[in-house]
Amino acid sequence: MADEVKLFGVWASPYSRRVEVALKLKGVKYEFIEEDLSNKSDLLLKYNPVHKKIPVLLHNGKPIVESLVILEYIDETWKGNPILPHDPYQKAVARFWAKFLDEKCFPALRKAFSSKEDEQEKAIEEASELLKILENELNGKKFFGGDKIGLVDIVANFIGFWLGVIQEAKGEELLLTHKKFPILCKWIDEYVNCSVIKENLPCQR
Amino acid sequence: MSKEEVVLLDFWASPFCLKVKIALDEKGVAHEGREEDLFGGKSELLLKSNPIYQKVPVFLHNGKPVCESTNIVGYIDETWPSPPLLPPCPYGRARDRFWADFIDKKVFDAGNKIWKTKGEQLEVAKKDFIEILKQLEGALGQKDYFGADSFGFVDIIAIPFTSWFYAYEKYGSFKVEDHCPKLSAWMKRCMERESVAKLLPDPEKVYEFVIMFRKMNGIE
Repeated sequence: MADEVKLFGVWASPYSRRVEVALKLKGVKYEFIEEDLSNKSDLLLKYNPVHKKIPVLLHNGKPIVESLVILEYIDETWKGNPILPHDPYQKAVARFWAKFLDEKCFPALRKAFSSKEDEQEKAIEEASELLKILENELNGKKFFGGDKIGLVDIVANFIGFWLGVIQEAKGEELLLTHKKFPILCKWIDEYVNCSVIKENLPCQR
Repeated sequence: MSKEEVVLLDFWASPFCLKVKIALDEKGVAHEGREEDLFGGKSELLLKSNPIYQKVPVFLHNGKPVCESTNIVGYIDETWPSPPLLPPCPYGRARDRFWADFIDKKVFDAGNKIWKTKGEQLEVAKKDFIEILKQLEGALGQKDYFGADSFGFVDIIAIPFTSWFYAYEKYGSFKVEDHCPKLSAWMKRCMERESVAKLLPDPEKVYEFVIMFRKMNGIE
């Protein structure tokens, strides 16, 4: 019986993109259903009644929600090109960094770019501290996952792609400079050039 | 075979640390608990092992630190596989991880708002908290435990937070049982389990801790 895989998402959302990267990495065929977040579909509300958010993965009719939960589900269901390490300790380390990115980094980065002028300096400083932590974690490795991209790299897609785009749109290098974060910038280059990622970059609208 | 070193940097009132202790007990894994003095001064080992958050629990297995309580429970489940806390199939595991994430993000913060607020804000906090518990009752359904067949991962993540419910009830002048009888029944059922019965802190003591904490932070 062929697998039926659908993904409810939004083209501009890093959370829905990260699920697409994982599916593409595993060679899983899926149907992408674009949601209008200002007018959520009945199906979305039915499959994610608790949070009413995207992404929602539907596998043979069964919904899985929350992007980190979805990524683990994908890794456990389709075994090729593993996203998580096999060793329990390395797995725990990867999960720790994934949560750090989602719970600390992204909110701080969003704040840094959306703060008003008087609050922006402080917001940028706080975001810089967090990027420094990531820079130190990467030190010596091509990707957070080692030689190949893994969970943490996939989750860090906001930094991998969106940050550069946002800075370009704002017309200046506010936060992520080559001088301050040489290792992180090198990671971004490697990441963006990784073929599976290349196919998943939303065009810079 | 060399003896394994299993250490937990702990704090008695912390529901996050309690998740780890219950998981270890359920697995029959002995550990050395080291109580941290969170107000007097955190230990060097804590600050070194968890430099980013500087929080308990920190789990050290043969000297290697694992941080973040739910992450630690997952590590324990994978390192000592018997008896399993998560179900074998990916869909069941995803469902359990979803509810663990929901509980972690919602229950403690919502409950603590009750003793941090007064008047109209307190009433809103109470309402929000009860709403969250009702959603958990939905997840429980007709089952005895959150785990499909037995006490498992989600039960271990959830039961520690219930040690703070008495404090919320005192400050909010309500009883969880009146609004969420199914959840109350689940709590009583968990208390019959040896690990939970011996490890859950006395809710009266937790209430006293909250009183002290409020005073310390000038909350009236």
